[in-house]
Amino acid sequence: MSVVARAAALIVAFLCVVGLGAFVAVYYIGSATTQLPIIHYTASGGQVSVVLQEDAQNDSTTRPDWVTYYTQDPSTKQWVHTTLFSVPANTKVNVTIYGFDGCTPLRNNYFSEVQGTLGGTVTVSQFDQHGKEYVTDKPMSVINSWSDCNVGHTFAIPDLGVFVPVASPNAQLSANDLCGTSPCTTSGNPYARETFSFMSPSQTGTYRWQCLIPCGGGFLDGNGGPMQTLGWMMGEMDVVSA
Amino acid sequence: MNSSDTPAAADASASPEPRHGWRLFSIWIVLSVAACLVIWFVWYPHMPPGRMSSSAASEQFDIAVLSVSAAPVIIGVLLYFVYAIVVWRARPGDEGDGPPIYGNTKVAATWIIGTTMIVGWLFIFGTVELVVPAGAGAGEGPSPIFKLAGTQAAAWTPGGSDMLQVQVIGQQWMWTYRYPQFGGMESTVLDLPVNTPIEFHVTSLDVIHSFWAYKLGVKADANPDVDNVAYTTAKATGGFEVRCSELCGIWHGAMYNSGTVLSQSAFQTWAAGVQSKEHSEGVLAALPTYALTYDPTVIPQLGKNIVQVDGITGAAGYYYGSGDPVTP
Repeated sequence: MSVVARAAALIVAFLCVVGLGAFVAVYYIGSATTQLPIIHYTASGGQVSVVLQEDAQNDSTTRPDWVTYYTQDPSTKQWVHTTLFSVPANTKVNVTIYGFDGCTPLRNNYFSEVQGTLGGTVTVSQFDQHGKEYVTDKPMSVINSWSDCNVGHTFAIPDLGVFVPVASPNAQLSANDLCGTSPCTTSGNPYARETFSFMSPSQTGTYRWQCLIPCGGGFLDGNGGPMQTLGWMMGEMDVVSA
Repeated sequence: MNSSDTPAAADASASPEPRHGWRLFSIWIVLSVAACLVIWFVWYPHMPPGRMSSSAASEQFDIAVLSVSAAPVIIGVLLYFVYAIVVWRARPGDEGDGPPIYGNTKVAATWIIGTTMIVGWLFIFGTVELVVPAGAGAGEGPSPIFKLAGTQAAAWTPGGSDMLQVQVIGQQWMWTYRYPQFGGMESTVLDLPVNTPIEFHVTSLDVIHSFWAYKLGVKADANPDVDNVAYTTAKATGGFEVRCSELCGIWHGAMYNSGTVLSQSAFQTWAAGVQSKEHSEGVLAALPTYALTYDPTVIPQLGKNIVQVDGITGAAGYYYGSGDPVTP
């Protein structure tokens, strides 16, 4: 075989290996992200309303015991098992999170402080399983996850400086009778409702968000599983052109 | 060419062999001097990581000196390689070997002396540079062999000689910073005063991270239950970025935030303001007492292990007990 032929054969072999690797990467990584639906929130009056809920379990067949977030489709009001959503740029984002999961202490209690929201506060309401409201629209700048059992998870967008402890139903006042079927409903289940607002950035792009409480039960230090998987306790907020 | 195969008559008519050694040396010395001058005067001022801090400037100096040290070696190797290909290449019909160098005292002595000088120089320079700059930017421990650039004190005020203590806390996937001389207040941004010796105490609350303030020339591993200490002195005001340089999970690549080197008075104002805000909001009271390391399975205010705290059930009914498997 001539030198030219050998070189050509080597180049072809190299390209085949690279192409195969690229195909596998695109196929698996691409499918891992595109399987999750993206909920699109459009602005109305210069604002969007993002609605989430957090559950101790979920309705999947593969990981039913993983703690997870759900996102509400604004058009159908149905809960969708995804953590991908989009909002317009430079828009006031009003977030409502329904906390159905029980409390878990923060690893770093510094994140008990509300940061990055408009006004630096969140508004918290808590209900027991009978619908009794024992905390009503209470503005809070700190929800101490160590002093009482009132924080379930956090909602954090580090790139935007948004760090929000998300209230849980008080375990003792709700007799620990937490929702056991997902997606949870406010009827017959203890829950917390937390609202806050922040401004989406003017720069479009993808902003990751995550929970900072190690809530991956069954994993080392609680940091694996749902904590490191899109669609569960971490997600992405796409900021698109308004 | 094999001299034993060469007829005496042919030797007499052949042109004299040039002095290859001197020719190589002459070319090498010219190229090396030129390369060293370019490195020192053109490249050095622009080398990473810059001169924003004492350790960054020291690293830049080290890289420049090592580049100057390496350039003659690299040029020597490449020059010999090219010279051999051009001058000593085998001509068509030449089937002989070159002259043997085994037993050539001049070659052996040059090799031994040259490599000894290079290794000795690197040993001496490296050792001195680990000590003299009072901190090479890596974790050096609370009692380093060099003299600290400032004094350790419980409080810090502008204009003094006291070091500023900053605790760097890593967790998946965030950096936060505590300032024990300001009531133990904590922040997601790393602000520092200029011309002040800084003592970083780097630790982690979960897995291994690595604190890398690139423009400050500081890089220290953040290990759980370990207080890793690094030193530097910021020499210029401006912004810098902090990254994690230890693969720590899916969002490792997004584990970064920023900091700013401020004037000493501006830093004092900022730090006192954050301390006051966190005090009034109750954040300081919610934080654990400042310590060099933290056990995240214990709630200090309650003095209890998390799994022993009544009412705290956590996700899926429990927190993360010691019996948890590593994998599901």
